[in-house]
Formats: sequence, structure tokens, C-alpha cells
Amino acid sequence: MLKYAFRRILGMIPMLFLTSIVVFSLAKLMPGDSLSGEIDPRNTDPKYIADMREKLGYNDPLPQQYFHWIGNFVQGDFGKSTRFKIPAAEVIGERIPNTLLLGLSSILITYILAFLMGSYSGRKPYTLGDNIIGGLNYLGLSIPSFVAGVFAIFLFSFTLGWFPSNGSIDIGVTEGTLDYWLSRLHHVFLPAVVLGLLSTASYTQFLRNDIIENSRKDFVRTARAKGTPERKIYNVHILRNSMIPLITFLGFDLVAIISGAIITETIFTYPGLGQLFLDSVGTRDYPVLMTLTMLFSFLTLIGNLVADVFYGIVDPRIRLE
Amino acid sequence: MNPEKTRIKEVPLLDVRNLETAFDIDGTDYNAVDDVSFQVKPRQIVGIVGESGCGKSVMSLSIMQLLPKGIGKVKSGQIVFDGINLEKMSESQINKLRGNDVSMIFQEPMTSLNPVFTIGYQLQEVFFNHTIISRRNARLRSIALLKSVGISRPEKIVDEYPHQLSGGMRQRVMIAIAIACQPKLLIADEPTTALDVTVQAQILELLKGIQEVNDMSIILITHDLGVVAEMCDEVIVMYAGKIVERTDVDRLFHNPKHPYTTLLLGAIPKMDEQEDRLNSIQGIVPSLINMPQVGCRFANRCPKAMPECTTITPLLENVEQGHEVACLLFDTSKPKEEMR
Repeated sequence: MLKYAFRRILGMIPMLFLTSIVVFSLAKLMPGDSLSGEIDPRNTDPKYIADMREKLGYNDPLPQQYFHWIGNFVQGDFGKSTRFKIPAAEVIGERIPNTLLLGLSSILITYILAFLMGSYSGRKPYTLGDNIIGGLNYLGLSIPSFVAGVFAIFLFSFTLGWFPSNGSIDIGVTEGTLDYWLSRLHHVFLPAVVLGLLSTASYTQFLRNDIIENSRKDFVRTARAKGTPERKIYNVHILRNSMIPLITFLGFDLVAIISGAIITETIFTYPGLGQLFLDSVGTRDYPVLMTLTMLFSFLTLIGNLVADVFYGIVDPRIRLE
Repeated sequence: MNPEKTRIKEVPLLDVRNLETAFDIDGTDYNAVDDVSFQVKPRQIVGIVGESGCGKSVMSLSIMQLLPKGIGKVKSGQIVFDGINLEKMSESQINKLRGNDVSMIFQEPMTSLNPVFTIGYQLQEVFFNHTIISRRNARLRSIALLKSVGISRPEKIVDEYPHQLSGGMRQRVMIAIAIACQPKLLIADEPTTALDVTVQAQILELLKGIQEVNDMSIILITHDLGVVAEMCDEVIVMYAGKIVERTDVDRLFHNPKHPYTTLLLGAIPKMDEQEDRLNSIQGIVPSLINMPQVGCRFANRCPKAMPECTTITPLLENVEQGHEVACLLFDTSKPKEEMR
């Protein structure tokens, strides 16, 4: 297993190299640069802008620019944010805890709800309960997050006043105190619920359908013939088999936890990586943008690797060598 | 009578009375097993023979109370096992019997084991379901069981997964699971159909050996008359959900009565005769939906059919001591009541 994981990690290097070319090309294909995004051309000397372009190397041939960037990148220098004037790594590092908190709590909500609803529906398919769960799920699936987010802010923040509508922390609390953490949870709750509820649907229906399918398998009949109680048949024999296809999602989730939710974070003005990503596009902050994209690509590859390793653990038929 | 027969006690272990099992197809019930009665005595091996779709498997699933929920159900009749009416028992009471007093081996060894659990886990589960036993002892007992069903290296196999074993090995594991708690009755539903011929013989020999050691009864469901000849004391021939003939194995082979039985026996290829074509029975078993409700269900395929065969339903009756046939050819009391 370790050898397998090591080989896969080595295999990522050429993948990441190709990704970097794509990321760089896409960034360069975008109209404008950090100078046109940040500076008002009406009150700045055009010659100064042109000089700065020359100085920053924006006029160099593209391959040269690429090798300059990638050369620094592999040495751990991700460039300096043109907007915040501090290293891109620092800008991103500041946002990661927020995004992790939001990502983890929303995924926890998704997993718990999907597990409960999926197991119930799978065990009692085509009943009233299953139909209600199915109906709610399709409702959740069909509501876009920007609608659900705005609605949640309107109802729970403005009308009821239960939760804050933006930010990740109250002003004036001291870091490390209980109040600080409670305030963070208070802020993350609404976006996490919106995000978590909306992605529950696919998990639930997947789990449900897989349980139904597996409950018709021959090995379930064998388990019954052994006198295994019905509860154990579902919770052990069927569930273990039904978890296998869900592991595919787990790989994606690993990325989703970090990459954040661009739309939800923006609506709740929650300072996470998703919001940073969108802002960086708006301000042409290429160093941050390219670093983020490379980070997400790397995590996608890692996520796939983790999923594959998990397959090997859950399903003995899959051997990793 | 041969000495084998006199050994068998007369109190039945399993008494199936007028069993009707129906399947719900688009809201209508269709009987897959129709008014079937038979008994299995202690230590007896009863063979149930018939073509595909004649209700053999459905009947065995009815006895085990394993019919697919919401689709198949026992409509009427009684299944009395060891003095207990299974139809009146709750799910948890049935669970105490299944795997403990009655157990079953299935046709498909390839899919009958759970792919994600070790052989040991699946074997030990029977012990944990029915007895209080420590993990260590359960493991030791399952290794001993694997050895007793002829698996070499049981200490190693116990930690392996089903996909690492061959079909024959898996069926041995299934047998080990079935006999783990020394049941009084074992239902073997075509246990050798999916296996190749040499393995078939080994599995049958194993079953027979276990039956003698454990003093259990076996219901052996098969469509292979060769298997019947080798294994069974008594044979039940089923056609389209009904019993058409029941007798001991000697009489079935030497003096078959029902035309269907005769044709089945005729369909066995003979080694010493040169035949260009294999004998077969024309036509197919009527489907559940098109089942004739009156008359003999075999009439449209029967070479000896008479006009009244389609209007009078034959009943299973004694033609001699211990030999029952449902056919108008052997009907002693001519005026027949109609079933429906």
C-alpha cells in the first residue's frame, strides 16, 4: 500500500507540470493584468504603467515568463500578491482556517444527514418516508446555492436575527477565548447549513439506491438463512457494500473542503479561499490566482489517491500493488 | 424393504401441508407453488426434481421464510417443523431457527458470500447468532469446520475473502456455514449446478458424509436425476408448482408412473446406446401467468393426454403403498371433483 501510494505521488509530478502549463496559459489568456486591474489609468502616467510592465517582466516572451514563474514556484516562492503586497502563500494561509471550518462543518452536516436519510430510505423504499426524503432531496438539488443563501440571510439574519449575515468573527473578541470560538461557530453556521443541505441530495439518493440494490443480492439471502437479525444485515452486510461507491465522493470532498464554496462564501462575505479566488480574478492578482489553482489541482490529485487507497481498504477485491 | 428404510423413524421432522406460495405480479397473485404437501422424516434425504420454473426453489424459500418481501408470500397451508408451525412465528423467532435448526445452501456459490468480509467472519457469524461463544473459540471452531468440509489450509482460508476461493471451495464454505450449528434439516437448492462435474461429485459425497455423521435430514433440490439416484431416499417430482409423483428412489427409476417422470427419465442420455439426438420433452413449463387453472398442467405436453385431461384436475393419490401419482391414467375412482 505504501509503495503504491509513493508511486502514485511520483506519478503526480508530470501531471502537475502539465497542469501548471494550463494554469499559466489560462491566466495569460485573461484580458488585462494586475496593473490594469488595480490602477486607475486616468490619474496615472501611462509611461509609468508601461515602465512597470517592463520591470515586472510582463513584456517578456511567454515561455520565459512561464519558466520564471515555475522556477520560483518549485522553490516555494509563489510570488507576491499584487493586491495585498505580501507573499501569495501568506494571503492564502490566512484564509485556510476559515475555509477549513466552513468546509468541514458543511461536510459533516451532509454526511450525517445523508447517512441517516439514505439508510432510512434504502431500508424502507417506496414508503411515505422515503418519498418525503426523496422530494426534499430533489428540492435541495434544484435550488441554486445563491438563491438558498440569499433566502437564508433574509430569513435568519434580517427577519429573525438569529445569525450574522456576513464575516467570520465578531469584532472585538480576543483570539483563543471561548467567546472567540463560539463567535466563529455562530458565523459559520448559516453558510455551513446552506452548503451542507444542498449537497445532501446526491449522497442520500446514492446511498439509498445502493442499499436497495445490495439488499437484493444473494449474500443477503445467505445472511438471512444464517439467522442474522435484520438490523445487522442492513448495518453490517449491506452498508459495508454500499459504502464502496460513496468513496468516489470522498475524494472530491477533500478538495471541496479546501477549495471552499465560491458562491456561498461570496454571498455570506465569508473570508475563505473561495471568496479570495473570485476577488483575485477581479483584481487580476495572478500570483494568488495561479497558486490557488495549483493548490486545488494538487488536492484533486491527492483526493483521488486517498479515494483509491480507501477503496483498497473497504473492498478486499481491489488490491493496490 | 432395505435396511436403510427401517432405520427411519416415522414421526416427520418437516410436515408441509397444502402449501400455496404466490407471487404478486402487477397486483394479481399467481401461485408458484400450488397445494403441495409432503413430509421429511428424520435422517431422510428427500429429492425434489423438476424443470426450471416448476416451483422447487420457491418452495424451499417458503420453508426457510426467505421469500422476497413484498413480492412473494405463503398464501395458505402449513409448514410444521419439529412440531412448530413456521407460519405463525415472528421474524425473530424464525431467526432463532434459521442457521440453527434449519439451514440452506444455495445454487450460486459465487454470489452467496458477502464479498467484503472474510470467510472466518461469515462463518463465525452463525455461532454469534445462535450461541454464546468467545471470539477465540468461534475462530477455532470455524477452522475445524472448514477442515471438516474438506478445505485444506483452513487456518489460512479463514482469513481470506470469497473472491480468493474457487467455486467449489466457496460451496464448501457455504456447506460449512449451513452445518455449523448441526441443524436437523438442511435444504440444498441445486448445490452442484454451478460447479463442474468432478467438484459436483465431491460436494455430493461431502453432503452425504455430513448427513450420516450429523444425523440430519436433507431436502435436495435438483434437476439432475443422476444426483437423485446417488443421494436420495425419497423423490418428489414437481411440475408447474404441483407434485406429480412421489415415491422412493428405487421405484422412481424402475417403475415410474407419471408420463412426465417417464419422459424425464427418458431424457437422460444413455452411455451404451448410440443416439443421434438427445431426447427432450417438447414444449416448456407454462408461465405463472398462463397457468391452466383446470385440468392437468402437463396435459399440453403429455404424449398420453386424453380429452378429459384438460377438464379434470388430477389429485395426488396412492397407486400402491408409498407411491403417489397425480395423473388420470392411474385414477381409480373415476368421477373426479374439480378443483376450481
